[in-house]
Amino acid sequence: MTQQITIDPVTRLEGHGKIDIFLDDEGNVDNAYFVIPELRGFEQFCVGRPAEEMPRITNRICGVCPEAHHMAGTKALDALFHVEPSPAVKKLREMFYMAFYVTDHTTHFYALGGPDFVVGPDAPAAERNILGVIHKVGVDIGKQVIACRQRNHHVIQMLGGRGVHPVAGLPGGWAKALTEEERVEVEKIARENVEFAKFSLKLFADVVLGNQDYVDLVLSDAFTEPTYSMGMVDENNMVNFYDGKIRVVAPDGEELVKYEAKDYQKHIAERVEPWTYLKFPYLKDVGWKGFVPGKDSGVYCATPLSRLNAADGMATPLAQEAYEQMYETLGSKRINGRYQPVHYRLSIHWARLIELMFAAERMLNLVTDPVITDPNVRVVVNNIPDEGVGCVEAPRGTLTHHYWTDENGILTRVNLIVGTTNNYAPIAMSVKKAAKSLIKQGTVVTEGLLNRVEMAFRAYDPCFGCATHSLPGQMPLEVVIRDSQGEEVQRLSQFT
Amino acid sequence: MSENGKPKFGMYWASSCGGCEISVLNIGEHILTVDEIFDVVFWPVAADFKYKDVRGYPDGYIDLCLFNGAIRNSENEEMAHLLRQKSKVLVAFGSCAYEGCIPALANFTSKEAILQTVFLDSPSVDNPDRVLPQPVTAVPEGEIRIPEMYETVKSLDQVVDVDYIIPGCPPEPHQIWAVLQVVVAALTEGAELPPKGSIVGAQETAVCEECIYPKSEKKIFRFYRPYEKVPEPGVCLLEQGIVCMGPATRGGCGALCPQVGMGCRGCYGPLGEVKDQGARMLSAMASVIGVGEPEMDERMLEREFETVMDTLADPAGTFYRFSMSHSLLRRAKVNGNGHAEPEPAEAGTTNVEMAN
Repeated sequence: MTQQITIDPVTRLEGHGKIDIFLDDEGNVDNAYFVIPELRGFEQFCVGRPAEEMPRITNRICGVCPEAHHMAGTKALDALFHVEPSPAVKKLREMFYMAFYVTDHTTHFYALGGPDFVVGPDAPAAERNILGVIHKVGVDIGKQVIACRQRNHHVIQMLGGRGVHPVAGLPGGWAKALTEEERVEVEKIARENVEFAKFSLKLFADVVLGNQDYVDLVLSDAFTEPTYSMGMVDENNMVNFYDGKIRVVAPDGEELVKYEAKDYQKHIAERVEPWTYLKFPYLKDVGWKGFVPGKDSGVYCATPLSRLNAADGMATPLAQEAYEQMYETLGSKRINGRYQPVHYRLSIHWARLIELMFAAERMLNLVTDPVITDPNVRVVVNNIPDEGVGCVEAPRGTLTHHYWTDENGILTRVNLIVGTTNNYAPIAMSVKKAAKSLIKQGTVVTEGLLNRVEMAFRAYDPCFGCATHSLPGQMPLEVVIRDSQGEEVQRLSQFT
Repeated sequence: MSENGKPKFGMYWASSCGGCEISVLNIGEHILTVDEIFDVVFWPVAADFKYKDVRGYPDGYIDLCLFNGAIRNSENEEMAHLLRQKSKVLVAFGSCAYEGCIPALANFTSKEAILQTVFLDSPSVDNPDRVLPQPVTAVPEGEIRIPEMYETVKSLDQVVDVDYIIPGCPPEPHQIWAVLQVVVAALTEGAELPPKGSIVGAQETAVCEECIYPKSEKKIFRFYRPYEKVPEPGVCLLEQGIVCMGPATRGGCGALCPQVGMGCRGCYGPLGEVKDQGARMLSAMASVIGVGEPEMDERMLEREFETVMDTLADPAGTFYRFSMSHSLLRRAKVNGNGHAEPEPAEAGTTNVEMAN
């Protein structure tokens, strides 16, 4: 008997997603495949374009996180043209980027991850969406969420030129300076963001941590997978989204490597499978052992949780407080001043809210920095370009852009390792594990199962689909059960 | 209309980035109004629809369907046909569905080259067996199928009949809201809809008309890359030699990019009856390039013009940044069964030269 789970339409990055689950003769899960059936091929069609256009072209890889591609592309131009941005440029870019993090993490938590907890994983599908959240917590909170997105998209447009697909990134610079009048407005927004982050963490504590069933679900084996954790850290090994080194720690917390972004090729390689258009990155220092967890497997995660796992802490006070609370609550021990990594995949949602607080506090720090209104943020660059790597933490994982050009700055080669791609193998494993723990000896498949399988990949906020980012964030999931002859014997949909 | 009297709304993406969806969300609190006005019957990101129900809907069941994304593979095309059949009004929403957008830059290269670059030549790829994705793969437990990638990226109107177009990458939120209000008035109060085929949610004038920088008659003698010059404030970018697609591009965005000192790249598509945005841009260039004397012979003039044009990086990829699917440059045309056929070059058009 073959069971096939289809998630369709799920799109972005490289297109729609589909899960194929196969059962053995006893009705247990034999294997599960997470399939990405689309490819656009930016690495090829960007060749021949002027390098400086890349921040404006590659943001079309993802309309949900265009700011991340814009920023990775802009940093790649810094390296390509051998130009070091001024402190004012770096701070202005980072402040823009923090506004983006606040809106993106907010969208994910309230529209997508939140409904599973706030409304409940077994609530009827029709209620398990943002409107359900609003009904549960009140329309005023719904309006707060919308207002949070709106004010931060206003900042994105103010500094990036547009609300979606910004245009301001240049080698060594930024096209739009911040005026004092605008600064005052952004400071107010940043303060509101900090309050909103406090509110969101409290909501999580009340609704999720206050409910033993949810806590049990978070801690359950079905949603636990020990892998390596990757994340960007600053010079003090604190989480940073805009700049730093890439640190990778083992499942037990031991540091495997900390490297400069430009050296990514020494540490990361990508496997190809014939049944999907997306590649599977893995750690070269460990090696590819297949879709398996543990210290001997090169599979790694790059999520909000893995960024926290890979770091020593958070650089701002309220985020640090929330960080400590999470690790203490989840029973992590502090060894040599660092918490041991946690591997409960559903706690990615919690980590995301801690990052929301960090982004809000960081934004406030930056907007009150005296250099932030420096008018000279656009510079003339005369250096001969050749090759450059740019890296940021996208909300969905470490994002790397690598460009090569001729002496006129025309691209000759492009390589991209995109946020969600890092997590392709772990997502596939999480989906399989959730399916395995829930489908046993031909257990009748229920809607609850579908949602729990869905929750396994939703925690990663995968960029495979807008479905996972948008309002109200319900994903169409359908299960087709076939007998060994391939005849359909049962069809279930969570929307039935 | 539904039993509850509400018009039925659908939204779908094909080969796209999701930015169109985010732009719809960016209409802010109006999204709650949309939820009140419409009965959402198909919106993967927003509604608990039944996939099989879409196939089961009667023809024309969906009153308004916004289709974003280009046609990159067989699955995208199947969905386009299905939604055309099920929708009364089908809108090409955003640049990908309208004219191919960034994904259609792939029409400068080939499917084979894309697969080669991504899966075989990438510097980080580990593919000793030189595996490429296959439409059908036998795995130990059974068989996995993935859609067939097409040779050419097509716009929505190249595979089905389209009623309206909302341009932009993505369409700006205030324009989306304005269009939705018009549709609601038509559906609920019997107000008249624009003629079929109209471009809505945009202006009938160029981006320049919305731009805060006035145009003078200033001529240029070379182009500058955006990092080669800090633009003089308050002065038209093109007249400073910084490439801006404003003159060849339909307005409606509010000329956002030039306001932060970055040239327009043409995401709202060509203006008026013009199909080929690049050809239009080339003639706009001719009017701003300061070469030639009144008595100069045509050959000399052309040579001087070319000297200035040579300082412009990647004219084809710039002038057709968003419109390759509709460009006369496109190397292939699409026949009825969705397969690409070589198309003979259009003789005598200036834009063909730019492909070199």
